[in-house]
Amino acid sequence: MISLKDQICVVGIGETPFRRPKEPDGTNLSIQLKACEAAIADAGLKNKDIDCILPIEGLAHAEEMAVNLGIADLRYQATVRIAAAAPQSHIMTGGMAIHAGICNYALIPVGWYGYSGSIRVRTVMADNPLVFSGGPTARDFYYPHGMNVPPQWFSFMARYHMNKYGTTREQLGAVAIAFRKHAQLNPHALMYGKPMTMEDYLGCRMISDPYCLFDCSLECDGAGAIVVTTAERARDLNKKPVTLMGFGQGQPYPADDLSNRADILEMGVTKAAPRAFEMAGITHKDIDFAQIYDAFGFQVIEQIEEMGFCKRGEGGPFVEGGRIELGGELPVNTAGGLMSEGHVMGMNHIIEAVRQLRGEAGDHQVKDAEIGLSTGFGDFMDGSVVILRR
Amino acid sequence: MTEQTSQAYGKPLPSMEGTTGEFYQHCKNHELRFQRCKECGTWRHVPRDMCAQCGSWEWEWAKSSGRGKLHTWTVVTFPMHPSYADEVPYAVTLIEMEEGPRVVSRIVDVAPQDLRMGMPVEVIFAAVTDDVTLPKFRRADT
Repeated sequence: MISLKDQICVVGIGETPFRRPKEPDGTNLSIQLKACEAAIADAGLKNKDIDCILPIEGLAHAEEMAVNLGIADLRYQATVRIAAAAPQSHIMTGGMAIHAGICNYALIPVGWYGYSGSIRVRTVMADNPLVFSGGPTARDFYYPHGMNVPPQWFSFMARYHMNKYGTTREQLGAVAIAFRKHAQLNPHALMYGKPMTMEDYLGCRMISDPYCLFDCSLECDGAGAIVVTTAERARDLNKKPVTLMGFGQGQPYPADDLSNRADILEMGVTKAAPRAFEMAGITHKDIDFAQIYDAFGFQVIEQIEEMGFCKRGEGGPFVEGGRIELGGELPVNTAGGLMSEGHVMGMNHIIEAVRQLRGEAGDHQVKDAEIGLSTGFGDFMDGSVVILRR
Repeated sequence: MTEQTSQAYGKPLPSMEGTTGEFYQHCKNHELRFQRCKECGTWRHVPRDMCAQCGSWEWEWAKSSGRGKLHTWTVVTFPMHPSYADEVPYAVTLIEMEEGPRVVSRIVDVAPQDLRMGMPVEVIFAAVTDDVTLPKFRRADT
């Protein structure tokens, strides 16, 4: 079997500011184009060098990106239908196409007016079950009972875990507080300058019990993009390349119905993580930090367990005592994550992983970070895992 | 989806097409029925074309005992869809039926704070519009 291990590098990263204004000042396309320009420049490339675009579904098409960027010969484009797990998945999709000689430089953009825009998430998702996550199963069997949006879906798993393993709200709080602490070191984070205590957390209003507001990610206007190419080409570019060691993608079963899984805690990463670790040829102890998709706080605990950083049921105690904070055994979401930096569908997790491995993370730098992991998460817990090294 | 939300009721309704429509038609007749494979006898929900166990296309609508146990739940306190604003707080529950399938539904006679994992429940039927009857649940003795 052909392995992509050590063959593919992330060579450029770019972001817009993350904001929560009342009115949008652009479109889902334009905000992504800004991140694309930044990522291409960061790599030291020209727009016309890009010959592959891998957009996330539902926000803007590769064609309209190409024509704005002046890319006249797009050799390849694709969108993996795995919702917000796409950024990590697209590193592999682009990597496969590049390694096969189909194209040379893949641009992976993500971004939206997720707060101010017409795509105000909660209303749009609730009214468009066939367009956004959910599909016919959700429309026909969840929505009529008042289960319309992700914090409701995924609190099913949180409640189940609390009932079965005794996981506590304080442990969910430890997740939210860790990410908020990290955001205090990152001026780019929406929650920069807004620290949070356990008292704040426990006093916060409920959204869908056991999820309170502080367990939920921050809808935001923002975009990020990366550029991927071969390790060989990466050597000639602007920045120190970050190399893909391992990748895995997976879906729980059945993927389109979160209610009838034999094991309700099964996630995409349950299957994806072992594949990524096997490809990388490393163990959990080799991971210096993790950027874990944190749409909701319990799903971080769940992914830590499902990826094998601890046993099923031990994730609550695992996140306590500063273990997932900077300086701890496994720093998680060192820029603040979707819960305290901003929800850019996990692209900000990849960008932060690259910054860490370049040594560009400033005040939230993990000392001597050599290997990092990032997860994507979409739909009813589809998952993708990338393991990157400096 | 606007076209599926009746004017008076105002809340999301299921499609009444295909096998999903048949499921809800049985509910309207006050019967909870799930697909059961004619080859291997495996029950399934939500409706599917094929049996995931044996690959058979042959199935029947088999009547459930209507009894199940509470598997997990969430208590919605913030109405993420405006049409549920008049109902909060309410618990959305996941019921595991005796036959195996699980259904997302509501338990109508238990306050959210009194819900317990494994709590026995039985189906009842709530006509929410002229066309649509939803399966809901109430506390059962055993």
